[in-house]
Amino acid sequence: MTRDAASRRRWRDAPLALAMLAPSLVVLGAFVLYPLARAFWLGHQRCDPTGANCQSNGWDQYIDVFRSKEFQQAFGVTFRFALLTVPVGLALGIGLAVLADKQLRGMGFFRTVFSSTVATSVAVASLMWFFLLNPSVGVLADWIGGVAKNPGLLQDEGTALWAVAVSSIWANLGFTFIVVTAGLQSIPADLYESAYVDGAGGWMRFSNVTLPMLGPTLLFAGVVLTSRAFQSYGEFDLLTGGGPNGSTTSLTYLIYGNNSIIKNNSGLQAAVAVLLFAVLLVLSLLQIRGVERRVHYGN
Amino acid sequence: MATSTMPRGWRLAGRYTLLIALAIVVLFPIWVMLVGAFKPGNKVLQNPLLPTHVTLDTLREAWRDGNLGRALVNSTIVALIVTVAQVVTAVLSAYAFAFLRFPGRTFVFGVFLATLLVPFEATVVVNRSTVQDLGWLNSYQGLAVPFLATAFGTFLVRQVFLTLPKDLREAARMDGLGHLGFLREVAVPLARPTLGALALFGFLSTWNQYLWPTTISTDDDWNTVQSGLRALAQAQIDKPNLVIAGTVIVALPIFVILLVFQRQLVRGLTAGAVKG
Amino acid sequence: MSYCAAVAAVRLSSLTKVFDGVAAVDDVSLDIADHDFMILLGPSGCGKSTLLRMIAGLEDPTSGDVAIGDVRVNDIEPKQRDVAMVFQSYALYPHKTVQANIEFPLKVRGVSKTERAEQARQAAATLGLTEYLDRKPGQLSGGQRQRVALARAIVRRPAVFCMDEPLSNLDAKLRGETRAELVALHARLASTFVYVTHDQVEAMTMGTHVAVMSRGRLEQVGTPQEVYARPASVFVAQFIGTPPMNVLPVGVVIDRPVLVGIRPEHLELDPTSQVRTTVTLVEHLGHETLVHARVGETPVVVRLDAIEDAPSVGDDVGLSFPERHLHLFDPATSRRVDA
Repeated sequence: MTRDAASRRRWRDAPLALAMLAPSLVVLGAFVLYPLARAFWLGHQRCDPTGANCQSNGWDQYIDVFRSKEFQQAFGVTFRFALLTVPVGLALGIGLAVLADKQLRGMGFFRTVFSSTVATSVAVASLMWFFLLNPSVGVLADWIGGVAKNPGLLQDEGTALWAVAVSSIWANLGFTFIVVTAGLQSIPADLYESAYVDGAGGWMRFSNVTLPMLGPTLLFAGVVLTSRAFQSYGEFDLLTGGGPNGSTTSLTYLIYGNNSIIKNNSGLQAAVAVLLFAVLLVLSLLQIRGVERRVHYGN
Repeated sequence: MATSTMPRGWRLAGRYTLLIALAIVVLFPIWVMLVGAFKPGNKVLQNPLLPTHVTLDTLREAWRDGNLGRALVNSTIVALIVTVAQVVTAVLSAYAFAFLRFPGRTFVFGVFLATLLVPFEATVVVNRSTVQDLGWLNSYQGLAVPFLATAFGTFLVRQVFLTLPKDLREAARMDGLGHLGFLREVAVPLARPTLGALALFGFLSTWNQYLWPTTISTDDDWNTVQSGLRALAQAQIDKPNLVIAGTVIVALPIFVILLVFQRQLVRGLTAGAVKG
Repeated sequence: MSYCAAVAAVRLSSLTKVFDGVAAVDDVSLDIADHDFMILLGPSGCGKSTLLRMIAGLEDPTSGDVAIGDVRVNDIEPKQRDVAMVFQSYALYPHKTVQANIEFPLKVRGVSKTERAEQARQAAATLGLTEYLDRKPGQLSGGQRQRVALARAIVRRPAVFCMDEPLSNLDAKLRGETRAELVALHARLASTFVYVTHDQVEAMTMGTHVAVMSRGRLEQVGTPQEVYARPASVFVAQFIGTPPMNVLPVGVVIDRPVLVGIRPEHLELDPTSQVRTTVTLVEHLGHETLVHARVGETPVVVRLDAIEDAPSVGDDVGLSFPERHLHLFDPATSRRVDA
């Protein structure tokens, strides 16, 4: 009797649980897990230019893709893009948040202003900067002059990635500002007070209280910004179309872009997509490491 | 950063000056966009920083050329469907993980966890052909269905459910409530702030989607605002202020929504940071 | 109320609950009479809450039976057992008003709106909550919340009323007042009360019967007077009474192979006694004085009325053990042996 009762108990909630989980499981299964598995499979196939007829090309296609000039260039572009946008974006976000953190008159206004770019989608932000940098009508292009007028910052191989990065930093500023501000507000006031009583000045308080206490917040913001940078697509599609001369062809643009050389080969696209997944997986695992470590200073 | 020997008044003035200067820098692109959108095409080179020759003609033209009315309707419908569905699926699956005991719970939860590691950008290649096979190119189903459930939402809501005292569930059992009753009467009302944040977050990220609609909407009538903007930008590449007027039309609704729901937004964006 | 029992007696037969291989409740059989006020008393972890939760239906027994009014309820959901429960944390719904909290069990059972409003009003009036009906639990004091929890339980007029340490979150003064109110409430209602506590004062002042538990087992069941006057084991003897009963090893007091227990108030200072000891501590508490000493290795406490002349620390005193106050226990089983 006891064993029957125990097994009945174990399964009692199971039908309800299944019913509650089913919608999520179906969606996540069909549009996250299946496509990932399928992409793994597709990645070893060669397809004709129409993308219809595919046949196995051997698993070493992954290695070929990884070694190819195009992949390495796109990886380099993506990596440099992250390197350009994340540290600067983070530093600006911290700076703005610290400046606007005091309970002073008018801070509500400044907070709204600094948060405002969170409302711009990638298309909106990119077209705004496209307008500003446009060599014939753009205000910024006029002010900067030189390369900015001819051929234009987005049209020059040396400056295009930098220009896209500026647009992206601006677009992500609102997010970083909001997250850091929330982090600042969760720092207990008595920590500042005790630092003040200990005679620490403004800079000392910032480096000894604010920054360490912000650790987990900055880790979170940094990870989100990095993974966004690796997944950026719209900026490149709208601002540069991957050009000039491949100088802004990121991994995502290599897979999906109109001007990409593998545009019609879903086997190669899948292979690059899987490699992109692998890169982001490493980032995620690093994040999990970091989260585990932060437990040590009692968060 | 100011040294403590500096008088308080000066430091305050310095802080405000810096704040104002930075606010101008942040708002500058938005200002230039607004000025450009309200100018006729032939005057766009004159006084790009000052609202002279104000007209609505450019906005009207962008609205018409970009088929933006239709795009706004599409985006609204898709974002609303996705938002409601994400909240519902998150609540249901979070409840199963938080309150039900069933064999394999840890494993299934692990599967949910794993989906968080898969970037959407890596799955579009296959999802595009799935949607094509289903005949969902250029349709609301195609735009919405892949996003009806997220592991992020499940985790967020589960986290809230786990903070509800165990006694509360037991008191409800004594009062005669089953699981669905408890979910409706107690768990959901108590999770409301989080659900609000999740809803706003879902709406915003759906509205802002770029790669997916540009991939599966090949017909103008099925553009969302983002893919509509892209179409406008490509068609009118030589009329920059027409494009910028379209951008204003697309950005405006979200600015208004975010001004109204600021608090939910902060909660939604920081959900991953503070609680982890 | 499908299982509304005419007689709300509770019968537990060989009830056992095992968690991860450990028996939290171990073969407990207990009869609780209709309209009894039964106290389950014991230290934390003794299994008393688990026992209560099995009566309520929140925990399934590993083996054994729970019956309420002659109906075996093992497989019956709490909802249909006609049992209400008051939780230690009160477990009020934070988003509902006091009125909605009290009405809620009736609402779930499909009672009409006017009917349940009326019953909630009555229950609230009984507990002095009328003026708080529109507030939310967060706006109430601890004592008021505790009353709302009681009101939510009595509004259903349950056959059995389970309470799990309902007073432990109140301050001492409020606890004293509420004890008296609960006794009055029990007298007014037709329900059987089953009340879990680790506080012997609550047990002695409120219960019609006390079931003392230790390590999942039942040590003794009886009226408060019985468990105090004739403790069935060393555990009961030392758990009930403040300060606890002195228990001395074999051979110190009488010449038989038994442990000897004597309550501090029955131990006497006697200069002529042959049992000599040295005072180690004297506590003056106002209405009484506690004198601590050692007999051999065993610490003992003597309770004196305040007016008596108390000895000082270091004094050499004699102790006498009046025979009619001695409790004898078997050294092997720790159970009581009658003289």
